[in-house]
Amino acid sequence: MLKKILINVFSFVILVGVLFFLQELFMPKYMTEIPEGNLIEEYYKEEKKHDVIFIGDCEVFSNISPVTLWEKYGITSYIRGSAQQLIWQSYYLLEETLRYEKPKVVVYNVLAMKYNEPQKEAYNRLTLDGMKLSGSKIKAIKASMTEGEDFISYIFPLLRYHSRWNDLKAEDFKYLFGKKKVSHNGYLMRIDVKPVGYIPKGRVLADYRFGENSYYYLEKMTKLCKENDIELILIKSPSVYPYWYPEWDQQMKDYAKKNNLTYINFLELADEIGIDYQKDTFDGGLHLNLSGAEKFTTYFGEILSKDFNLPDHRNEEEYQRIWQDKVKFYYAMKKDQERELREYGYLKSYGAVAQTIEE
Amino acid sequence: MLFTSFEFILFATVLFVLYYIIPKKLQWMLLLAASYVFYAFAGVKYLVYILATTVSTYFTGQRIGKLQKIGYEYIKINKETLSREERKAYKEKIKKKQRYWLAFCLVLNFGILAVIKYYNFTVLNINSVFDLLKINVNIPTLGFVLPLGISFYTFQTMGYIIDVYREKYAPQKNMFRLALFVSFFPQLIQGPINRYDDLEKTLFGPHKFVSKKVSFGLQRILWGYFKKLVVADRLLIAVNTIVKNPDEYQGVYVLLGMFFYAIELYADFTGGIDIAIGVAEVLGIRMAENFERPYFSKSITEYWRRWHITLGTWFKDYLFLPISVSKSMLNLSKKCRKLFGDSIGKRIPVYISTIVVWFTTGIWHGAAWNFIVWGLLNALVILISQECIPLYNRFHKRFNVSGTFWYRLFQVGRTFWLMSFLRTLDCYRNVPTTFRMYGTIFTKWNWHELFNGKFASLGLGISDYIILTLAVLLILYVSLASRAGSFREKLSKKPLIVRYLSYFGLIISILIFGAYGIGYDSSQFIYSQF
Repeated sequence: MLKKILINVFSFVILVGVLFFLQELFMPKYMTEIPEGNLIEEYYKEEKKHDVIFIGDCEVFSNISPVTLWEKYGITSYIRGSAQQLIWQSYYLLEETLRYEKPKVVVYNVLAMKYNEPQKEAYNRLTLDGMKLSGSKIKAIKASMTEGEDFISYIFPLLRYHSRWNDLKAEDFKYLFGKKKVSHNGYLMRIDVKPVGYIPKGRVLADYRFGENSYYYLEKMTKLCKENDIELILIKSPSVYPYWYPEWDQQMKDYAKKNNLTYINFLELADEIGIDYQKDTFDGGLHLNLSGAEKFTTYFGEILSKDFNLPDHRNEEEYQRIWQDKVKFYYAMKKDQERELREYGYLKSYGAVAQTIEE
Repeated sequence: MLFTSFEFILFATVLFVLYYIIPKKLQWMLLLAASYVFYAFAGVKYLVYILATTVSTYFTGQRIGKLQKIGYEYIKINKETLSREERKAYKEKIKKKQRYWLAFCLVLNFGILAVIKYYNFTVLNINSVFDLLKINVNIPTLGFVLPLGISFYTFQTMGYIIDVYREKYAPQKNMFRLALFVSFFPQLIQGPINRYDDLEKTLFGPHKFVSKKVSFGLQRILWGYFKKLVVADRLLIAVNTIVKNPDEYQGVYVLLGMFFYAIELYADFTGGIDIAIGVAEVLGIRMAENFERPYFSKSITEYWRRWHITLGTWFKDYLFLPISVSKSMLNLSKKCRKLFGDSIGKRIPVYISTIVVWFTTGIWHGAAWNFIVWGLLNALVILISQECIPLYNRFHKRFNVSGTFWYRLFQVGRTFWLMSFLRTLDCYRNVPTTFRMYGTIFTKWNWHELFNGKFASLGLGISDYIILTLAVLLILYVSLASRAGSFREKLSKKPLIVRYLSYFGLIISILIFGAYGIGYDSSQFIYSQF
């Protein structure tokens, strides 16, 4: 009897092991295509000592460079943002982040206020698959699921990605047991240039009010920061598209005023920042490239440093040790991207095609 | 709650655990509660229908049983004083009362089924006739939604009440036990249509945890999932492409569609039944088998004895035989014998019963003309086959091929294709389109279109066809091996490593190669729509 039980337990362990292996194999690696799929999980490998946490969608992970913030002001920061990251995902990511560390400032980019309901499964995956299993992740999944999705497939992603058996690529095997880093504290670098050409005007909306669900999570976020004695700053990043309506802007101003928060619309400050939309964007205005991100970060860093009294850690040995490697990696990637641009005319290994299609 | 949903897997897992940890005398009550929860998932409001069937059948059963008891007791007490004729008259009086109760129950329950399932179809057809006759009347249709498994549980329950009336067994005294017989969740989606006297032996327990039974049950569930998810739901993509684009896919593609649909339907229906029977088996309950390798049948009659067995035997016992031996049919037989002679006169009542049964079988599958035509075509083929028996016999005698391997193979192939041909009506769900497609098989000679890239447009890739081929070969192997006895018994005698590799292989195949989740249309079991 005991032998039978042992055999069954042993077999069960082997089966679970095989399934786990297959799950790891079939999960997309997001190395050469859609690198933003890696942003959320890279955070767990970090030493969690950040003064500022940026949360939001692509307007944070493309437009803000934590390395610049470090180099210019000695501010330590991390971006917990992913493609089309919805406000409830941002909220639960923040909730999870606060279990690891307590930053002085949280910056939330408000573009996602326009989404009151779950949007696309593909984007949900980019944010949620990377999260470690926790209560926050479970709540984020429940808040994000679109019709036809199964909760269980977020917990056991093999159930979602099993059909990739037919679509495995070399990188799935290459990065099976460990992936290379793609971001710089959550910042996804792009040095290529695509000037802003035609900017579609925002179509007339039937109702400009942000949805109840969006406000619900913004209020939760505000409350969470207050409870943890964290300064919450609301920003609108200087991306010219998707269109940011004056009515939306007014609602954010009103909300910030009501809740005694800082709200800065950097779109209105683009000239002051020095952004040249002919040179500082890589996809016609949706996202800033490295040059634009560095300009914007420098400008914003000044505000963070002066108005929010964030300390300069550049002379602290412990921080120097951490950031030395980050700076090195940052410039190495910049150099490599310059090489790729020269060799191929586009950023072959940095998701150049994929990133232009997402907001 | 679909058998293939994650909710069902969670539901079944929790039930299995609870079932074996609670006191054994409570097991059947847990099953009743679980069955109602399962049913409520389809919509709480539909519980009204299954409750109506349960309550009406219970009280009718009690009434019939009580009348029977009164009759027996009265005759027993007055045995000495009553003459034979008086006893007979009294029995007839009792039977008549029982018949009224039975009729009430049948009319009520088949009435519910008829109204919900056939009202709109009937009204639409009547309105069409009015249109044709230029009568300005439009009877409104009603927004009925078919409650889960109504065709299955109605037939099963009416089988029970007819058997009680026939005194095959005593009525169930406990209404909740009867409620479990009616609503036992594994049988609700697509059968099998169980008989009370068979199911009650194991349904109410108590059941000890027997690892072999549980293991066999789990194996059968896995096998069902394999057939449904790896084969049926994958082939569904190609079948849908062909069927939904009849102007594009004709000729050889109609034949291909028939072939694919034959495999899809087999994998879907037998897979679902495997899951249902497997779930019951884990619970220690034995349900009726519904298939016996039907595609190995050498004739249509044999096919229908081996495909959807419980529906076939239901119709035989409760419709075909009662009609065949009814007074009016016997009178008709007499008249026909006088008019047409013994040979034909004898066969006419059988033919009429056959046509009635197949018309009913057709309409049982769905309120649509394609099902009616399908049923009647089956009747036609069966009757022609019967008429041709002397011809076949002469052929067999002349050429001496009967029983040879190749001839048997020919018979199996012939039956397979004939049934696939008829089944096409179920595919296109439209009679004129189906016949148009039949026509293209003979008029459009487009075999080259299999090799010009069009085949790839069916929605499946080369790797899908490899998976399908291997899976179908595995199913064929298991079917062939099962002819000489239970495959699971054989497997259980194999070395441990072989057994565990088989189980793991099956689990991994389902998880990896199953056509489920995003990117695949999750599909209901085909028979759950009936």
